[in-house]
Amino acid sequence: MKLLWELFIAFARIGAFTFGGGYAMLPMFQKELVEKKKWETEEALMDYYAIAQCTPGVIAVNTATLVGYKQKGTIGGIVATLGVVFPSFVIITIIAAILTNFADLPVVQNAFIGIRACVCALILDAVIKLGKKAIRDIPTVMIAVVVFVITCFFNISPIILVLIAALAGLLLQGRKFSK
Amino acid sequence: MIYLQLFYEFFKTGLFAVGGGLATLPFLRDIAAKHPDWFTESMLADMIAVSESTPGPIGVNMATYAGFTTNGMLGSLVATIGLITPSVIVMLIVAQLLKSFRDNHYVNAAFYGLRPAVAGLIGAAGFSVAQTTLVHLPYAGSLWAMLDIPSISIFLVVFILMRIKKIKLHPIAYLAASAIVGIILGFFK
Repeated sequence: MKLLWELFIAFARIGAFTFGGGYAMLPMFQKELVEKKKWETEEALMDYYAIAQCTPGVIAVNTATLVGYKQKGTIGGIVATLGVVFPSFVIITIIAAILTNFADLPVVQNAFIGIRACVCALILDAVIKLGKKAIRDIPTVMIAVVVFVITCFFNISPIILVLIAALAGLLLQGRKFSK
Repeated sequence: MIYLQLFYEFFKTGLFAVGGGLATLPFLRDIAAKHPDWFTESMLADMIAVSESTPGPIGVNMATYAGFTTNGMLGSLVATIGLITPSVIVMLIVAQLLKSFRDNHYVNAAFYGLRPAVAGLIGAAGFSVAQTTLVHLPYAGSLWAMLDIPSISIFLVVFILMRIKKIKLHPIAYLAASAIVGIILGFFK
């Protein structure tokens, strides 16, 4: 019981004190899990993080489930996961409630005109960073362009595109790697 | 009934959004198209802004926010639980296989195709956010009249600053500065 509580608190701290998600969260994971709690070694954590990136879902959530599972089995995985999302839940609910009430104020509206323009730049930056890692040759260029165009002009669920892209990857590279 | 639907939609998002960060964005866009009474596509930019400038994983923040606009606090609870349920199930299975999963040739091959697709998906979502923020649609007489010059200026300045490697500011700094510029520009309208 004590370990479960510790798991919850450690992951709630990670959730509460990291901004930005993805790689931005890694230093906080290291501090809490490797340095403070000594639950994991540096290498094990890096492995978990790598696995969390190539499994479905939010990276921090996936890492939490893995670490929690190693400490205390299935229930540990669930408790650690709930811990990492708990601060988000509280903070976002409060902000969303406040914003809904103040959304009509001219100051708030003007601020959000600026913020939305900024968000466009943030997304473009994220796409470029992703693209640099993902686009390596002609087939990967093709996949990125085709998915972009299809999504822009047709109403197709991203789920179907994700499945087709994974299948295309298997067909293009699956045989090359085996053996 | 709406809670069951909400859970189902975010469960799907959690199951198919791979790669972290803004990976959930294309799925939220898909949900907005299917359920315009929950939240609209034009609200996505605000959700991203709030999710990037508050603590916690972005995907979780976005789901919580989207759930809240759909159906208040219970909505955000259901959406968040829906998003993390597939993660927990998949990771508990993967935990048994661990290393062999990461070094698996077929997993790597699938990701060879998945990664560029995710870039394309997020790019398209960004394109649609830009359509609602940087230009005025529909066409209104001249091309110039369609462009939202203040927004485009903010977009370009932030983008150029982000691309300069020496300047390493957190997104919150850009968001806060843009909010202030937006408020100041509001006085001149």
